[in-house]
Amino acid sequence: MITLLYFAQVSEQLNINQEQLDLPPDTATLADLRHCLAQRDEQWQTVFNDPRLMMAVNQTMAKAETAINDGDEIAFFPPVTGG
Amino acid sequence: MNIQVQTQAFDMGAEIQAITANRPDIGAVVSFIGLVRDVAAQPVLAMTLVHYPAMTEKALTDIARQAQRRWDLTAVTVIHRVGKLSAGEPIVLVITASTHRQAAFAACEFIMDYLKTRAPFWKKEHTVHGDHWVSAKDSDEHACQRW
Repeated sequence: MITLLYFAQVSEQLNINQEQLDLPPDTATLADLRHCLAQRDEQWQTVFNDPRLMMAVNQTMAKAETAINDGDEIAFFPPVTGG
Repeated sequence: MNIQVQTQAFDMGAEIQAITANRPDIGAVVSFIGLVRDVAAQPVLAMTLVHYPAMTEKALTDIARQAQRRWDLTAVTVIHRVGKLSAGEPIVLVITASTHRQAAFAACEFIMDYLKTRAPFWKKEHTVHGDHWVSAKDSDEHACQRW
């Protein structure tokens, strides 16, 4: 099981804050997971194909090639605008 | 190192006092305050800052540690507010202290540049014409890359 979190515009565009799901088969990296989630529908495709989408694995900023494992908390969000 | 994420306002004088009390080795303190600005085409009535609670303090601590590795710092304080803030209200406070000013100046700028592009906060502006998320600026990413 992995936990997925969505923040700010990403959360509004997808109309979801968080969900849990079984790690899909053949999903070794964040890039694999993004590809998988983009298949859900057009809106998900738009969000997950946006090159500016940022990601964190277990509360640490991560890149497309970052490995993911069962039990991970994975967050998707737009570029940050704090400060 | 003092890292805090909070809804309430902060007192810069008290924070500087806390750093410098009984520390005669500190020769320089640099502080930065970021405020809610209203210079957009549509007047900004207020702003809501949301964040990723489980990650925010960790990200800020990591940024402060990077600064400590790069410069000889005596103290670092980062306080970032979340929740609803009105125009003119303070959002963020960064204080760096060192023996000499160069390290304190550079580290304060470094921390702000990294915070702007690496810490999980998002701003939503409330205007008379409705609410909208603030877009990230390329200039912030460029500022970060000079380090």
